[in-house]
Amino acid sequence: MNHFPSQWGKPRQENVDEYNTVPLYNNMPQSHAAAGPMTRTQQPVVTGTSVIALKYKDGIMMAADNLASYGSLARFRDIERLHPVGEHTIIGASGDISDYQYIQHMLQNVMIDQHCEDDGHTLGTPHIYEYLFRVMYNRRSKFNPLWNALVVGGVHKGERFLGYVDLKGTTYQNSTIATGFGGHLAQPILRKAVEGREDTLTEEEAIKIIDDCMRVLFYRDARSINKLQRAKITAEGFEITEPYSVETEWSFAESIRGYGA
Amino acid sequence: MFRNQYDNDVSTWSPQGRIHQLEYALEAVKQGSAAVGLRSKDYAVLLVLKRSSGELASYQKKLIKVDDHMGIAIAGLTSDARDISNFMRTEAMRSKMLFDQPLPVGRIVSAIGEKAQKRTVMYGERPFGVGLLVIGYDETGPHLYECSPSGNNLEYYAMSIGARSQSAKTYLESKYSEFNDASLEDLVKHGLQALRDTLQQDSIVGVDREFEIIEGEDLKRYLDLIGDTGRPRRGQGTATSAADAHLTEDIAPMDTDSV
Amino acid sequence: MSGIGTGYDIYSSTYSPDGRLFQIEYANKAVENSGTAIGLRVKGGVVLAVEKLVQSKLVVPGSNKRILSADMHVGIVSAGLLSDGRYIAQSARDEAKSWRDNYRQPISGKSMADRLGLFVQAHTLYSSVRPLGAGTIIGTYLDGEATLYMIEPSGVYWGYHGCAVGKGKSVAKTEIEKLKLDEMSVQEAVREAARIIHTAHDEAKDKDFELEITWICEESKGKHTAVPKDIVEEAERLAKESIKSEMDDA
Repeated sequence: MNHFPSQWGKPRQENVDEYNTVPLYNNMPQSHAAAGPMTRTQQPVVTGTSVIALKYKDGIMMAADNLASYGSLARFRDIERLHPVGEHTIIGASGDISDYQYIQHMLQNVMIDQHCEDDGHTLGTPHIYEYLFRVMYNRRSKFNPLWNALVVGGVHKGERFLGYVDLKGTTYQNSTIATGFGGHLAQPILRKAVEGREDTLTEEEAIKIIDDCMRVLFYRDARSINKLQRAKITAEGFEITEPYSVETEWSFAESIRGYGA
Repeated sequence: MFRNQYDNDVSTWSPQGRIHQLEYALEAVKQGSAAVGLRSKDYAVLLVLKRSSGELASYQKKLIKVDDHMGIAIAGLTSDARDISNFMRTEAMRSKMLFDQPLPVGRIVSAIGEKAQKRTVMYGERPFGVGLLVIGYDETGPHLYECSPSGNNLEYYAMSIGARSQSAKTYLESKYSEFNDASLEDLVKHGLQALRDTLQQDSIVGVDREFEIIEGEDLKRYLDLIGDTGRPRRGQGTATSAADAHLTEDIAPMDTDSV
Repeated sequence: MSGIGTGYDIYSSTYSPDGRLFQIEYANKAVENSGTAIGLRVKGGVVLAVEKLVQSKLVVPGSNKRILSADMHVGIVSAGLLSDGRYIAQSARDEAKSWRDNYRQPISGKSMADRLGLFVQAHTLYSSVRPLGAGTIIGTYLDGEATLYMIEPSGVYWGYHGCAVGKGKSVAKTEIEKLKLDEMSVQEAVREAARIIHTAHDEAKDKDFELEITWICEESKGKHTAVPKDIVEEAERLAKESIKSEMDDA
């Protein structure tokens, strides 16, 4: 409250110490004050794009490409964004890669703790999901989020589990999930192909749906590359493919100016 | 009472490689009235003998619920037990919050062991003066653990702690092979036999039951089960004969904070 | 002139006139009164074994583990006060975690032994704490290399090919010295460990015991885990046979 009526209605002058409170009030060095208020992460830096996942007859299938972009630069082309945790869970990460690596480290610590306990209790997919949710929500509540959208898929006690958690601590579970650009481009395709057929889709059909989505994403998402990995999680365990490519068709571009022809 | 120069504090070893203060802390557990725990393949039960310090006093609490799937019986210093049970509740909530998983019984037991052990190393803090029987039901079934002031905690088929627990132990040792396949009622029956003397309260946790404390009229049903089998009991086998516990126990008047 | 009753043996911060620290020697007594624990370092891994004396038949068999993990690749077994052993193991877990947090790498056996040695030794410096009554064996296996260390209550530690602590340590040591550890496979080491623990067990003095064996090797995928039940049972059967035939010979 400014007690000088002549100042009322006028812009505040922060650089004038009207009450002579220095050094009590203005105890921040001028150089720091000039830098403005303290800030934390405002944006991701090196990023991974969409992760897509679906439920099918035997479990969960998930895919992500191998690119880590630095802005629009395709900076690292051999990054694995599907990460197994335990025997029956896979985490797919989009968003900031260094934050994702930090999450991997945290999960490793948790799994080592579990190993040390050695008491027959293991963390199933829902438990890992809950843990990630708590971590993400806690960080966003400190205004210092881990800049990721994570997909958690797995099979726990014979039940398929597929969930999403992001930098804001938002969670939801669904039979199809797509992060980032995939939310716009792949999700409609996934819904149409999967919803209502979760219990009948075969592995081959699931692979085809996943590959179709990844192809669309590669065509239209400028932060993607045609080198991707696919994971499946069933009651038996998980399998992650080696990096592979989907078939693409570019002949239509021959006659279009600007496509290089 | 003997005294020696090695029993002043917990941070001193005796020439025989013993820690006298720790052994005295174990004696504190025996000051409390008896508690018995048993488990079958489906259930774990605790039974305790409640004491009162006098006719105007209520009966000291011996069973503490920790979570829906876990609870403890205590013998020794009640206030130490409150400290531990508070810690257990916090850990149980933490497990639910962080992993959406009911806290595994063995893990909280080792955490208690760690807490107890730290108090046996350093001068200035005394070891806990309370023994616990912890029962719980988790993914790996029902469990019964004993936690002692030394920081040791072992898993048992059946165990008893507190005053004259040795006689209960003798009974349990003779019958423990039957416990695994026993029904809940039989398990309680064995527990009552072990406790033998008047009994006011017991509790159950198991495959389809949350931790619940049974006392008063509900307890009578179980007490009637053992009827007049075995040796004649000193107390009346009902929940209302509380005074018997008081009379039959040889407690000194100042022992009111030992239950 | 120094020793029991002279007052020079109350705190580990006090030397006796002839330069001994009695409190540490007393702590060693606690170690010598406990079930035997051994470690064998062989070609493709480490094997840890312990003679778990069973105090009561009410104890659930197979529960109450004595050999603990400090990380995926680190196994710890101790003889002496059980709770002190767990205290040291907990410290080992903290060290392993801190190493991973700092360097994003698993801790080496050498560094682990060094840090735990310091930890144990710190408990011999002050009158406010007592020395830890546990002899601790640390086995690790990392990138094809096995290490074995043993820490004494004084904080002293050495690397070993094979080592033993507890009641039967001299018997066990004699047996270990006969082995050609460098040429032995982990599977053979498991059988030898079972035999040594059975040999070191004093049936006249102690009642029942349970054998607990763990390993870290290629077969366990580089993880510190309990040796599978069938292998242990077979090893125990062979152990009993060999001890029996030795007795018949004698």
